[in-house]
Amino acid sequence: MQNNTVYNINLLLKEINEIARHLPYINIMEVCGTHTMSIGKNGLRQVLPQNVNLISGPGCPVCVTSVSDIDNITELAENHNNYIFSFGDMLKVPGSKSSLYKKRSEGSNIKICYSPADALDFAQKNPENNVIFIAIGFETTAPLTALLIKKAFEMQISNFYIYNTHKIVPPALKFLLNSKNGNNINAFLCPGHVCAVIGSKPFEFISKIYNKPAVISGFSADDILNSVLMILRQLKEGKPATEIQYKRVVKEDGNPVAVNYINEIFDINDSLWRGIGNIEKSGLVLKDKFKNFDAKITFSLKDNNAKDPRYCSCGDILQGTKKPFECKLFGKLCKPDNPVGPCMVSSEGTCAAYFKYEKYTS
Amino acid sequence: MNNSKNNNFKDKTILLSHGDGGIKTGELINNLVIKYFGNNILNKLEDSAVISNNLHEKIAYTTDSFTVKPVFFPGGNIGKLSICGTINDLAAAGATPVVLSMGLIIEEGFEVKYLEKLFESALEVLKETNTNIVTGDTKVVEKNSVDKIFINTSGIGFIKKKINISPLNIKPGDKILINGSIAEHGLAVLSSRPEFNFKTNIISDCAPLSSLVNEIMDVSDKIHALRDATRGGIATVLLEMSDKSKTNMVIYEDKIPIKKEVTGLCEFLGLDPLYIANEGKIIVFVDAADADKVLDAMKKNKYGKDSCVIGEVTQKSSLNTVLFKTKIGTNRILDKFYSEQLPRIC
Repeated sequence: MQNNTVYNINLLLKEINEIARHLPYINIMEVCGTHTMSIGKNGLRQVLPQNVNLISGPGCPVCVTSVSDIDNITELAENHNNYIFSFGDMLKVPGSKSSLYKKRSEGSNIKICYSPADALDFAQKNPENNVIFIAIGFETTAPLTALLIKKAFEMQISNFYIYNTHKIVPPALKFLLNSKNGNNINAFLCPGHVCAVIGSKPFEFISKIYNKPAVISGFSADDILNSVLMILRQLKEGKPATEIQYKRVVKEDGNPVAVNYINEIFDINDSLWRGIGNIEKSGLVLKDKFKNFDAKITFSLKDNNAKDPRYCSCGDILQGTKKPFECKLFGKLCKPDNPVGPCMVSSEGTCAAYFKYEKYTS
Repeated sequence: MNNSKNNNFKDKTILLSHGDGGIKTGELINNLVIKYFGNNILNKLEDSAVISNNLHEKIAYTTDSFTVKPVFFPGGNIGKLSICGTINDLAAAGATPVVLSMGLIIEEGFEVKYLEKLFESALEVLKETNTNIVTGDTKVVEKNSVDKIFINTSGIGFIKKKINISPLNIKPGDKILINGSIAEHGLAVLSSRPEFNFKTNIISDCAPLSSLVNEIMDVSDKIHALRDATRGGIATVLLEMSDKSKTNMVIYEDKIPIKKEVTGLCEFLGLDPLYIANEGKIIVFVDAADADKVLDAMKKNKYGKDSCVIGEVTQKSSLNTVLFKTKIGTNRILDKFYSEQLPRIC
């Protein structure tokens, strides 16, 4: 088995190199933190031709959660009648004042959960407490949150809330393509997990409108190299298309059941992306019928104007205009145990990936 | 406590990551513990302290506390773990374990039938390793003061005078061996937590390794260093050994034994198996000339059937790098991890 894989990869690399020789310098943006990690972990940059450059986009939901949201969440944690349920990655993300991790060591009730259903169970068993689930993620996790809200609504659970930061990916890519850096992005490695839910069609605008290749990729070294090859073949032939490499998981129409859950519970609205700003129609908000479950409304939390820390380049890094090594703080003031910006915190953040896997190759 | 003494320690409160075996634990130990209690023996920070005077044999002495959640997990429980952990720390010093102490801190309300189950499991390991608990202590605390039961064990073992096991002996050319597949304990514990809503078949590798260590030392006097790869996984242990021996090492992804289910779960959870705890795995540094016979001896032991060579020591260097060769032939330099992957697994 292992020999086969290596054999395939050698062939893959041969073809990638052959095609790349006839191409100009190209930037391929990956838009999923799991891709970023896999590229670093497998050292893929070491084997790609010099003119094929992989850049990371806003593919880590933790990284793009706004400072204002983090501040609101830590404020919720200060009330000891509140129980905050969060995925582990969110704990260390610094807001402008504190983080959930610090709040926990100061006695706040913060629980790490692997499944959002734990939060609802806890709410049922502890009716005297407010239970707030930090709902985060792209289209991948939104159906889980939707299901949870549907259940809480049916069961009329009144002490359960979500702090909603859900975002959707295609509008962010459109935003990047329209930005001043848009011309520098030559192709996209599209997120396999997101597309497992929404399918490939929502990404077709990349090839149809912007004339750029988009390949929906799996996550192994082999998957990613195959996707890169598909992009190069498209460029060689001058026929940009939106293709699926990750066919074992992704269907053109995605998973209609999951999409229906999202549509039943959420509306689409503008959303604030950390380091980038407001992106039109890029966020999911609870429909009016379910507003009672929205912690931000119930607890009267407001957006603040807190900015990213000085010198932090997360915004540029999330848009692919800078690599982590080009940030003044990277590896010096900003490290995983003392992160300044969110890209260093999340296990799928671009800076964390570079720090963990590639800091010695800079 | 005298504040003037801890000015090198930046954090104001103790965080979970101070107990995870990574960078923060190092800061706590080096900047606080050593600052107060440092001495020639403690400062070596090895699995067991080795005390030598004019006896026929050297004495290895170690202690370890166990706080695993949940108390019972697939493949073991805190009782078994508390004996194996201390036995393995002694074994990693090249010692034959002899006697242990056991200190119990129990939460009021803990059911006696469970306590007996823990004792039964502990006793099995004591019998297997021909050791005894010779002293102990029991405290019971109010509900919620501890999570069910915490156990501390200490152990004493003897090391034959001629045996000299220490990271300082590691030399370029040494082969790096391991006695089986990695990352099972951490994942077994994690997946047995109630908040973890899916089932796996992964069981903890929790096992006493003193017989295996004795058997390999019988076939070779060129075993340079041993280390049980517990908290922080094999990556953390290799980095520590590279640091102490001032050498560079290389390990090969395609040679590291790892079960398919472990790889799958790690990918799913975004965890790196190299950094996940084992409780029955020992890393052996042996002169290349003796590597084959040591490997054969390891494979004959019931806890070493899947033993293999995973890498080698490449050169003396003050850079202390551990190079990881991926399956596709690229290189990665292993780094210490900076925050806990999983809390309270041992």
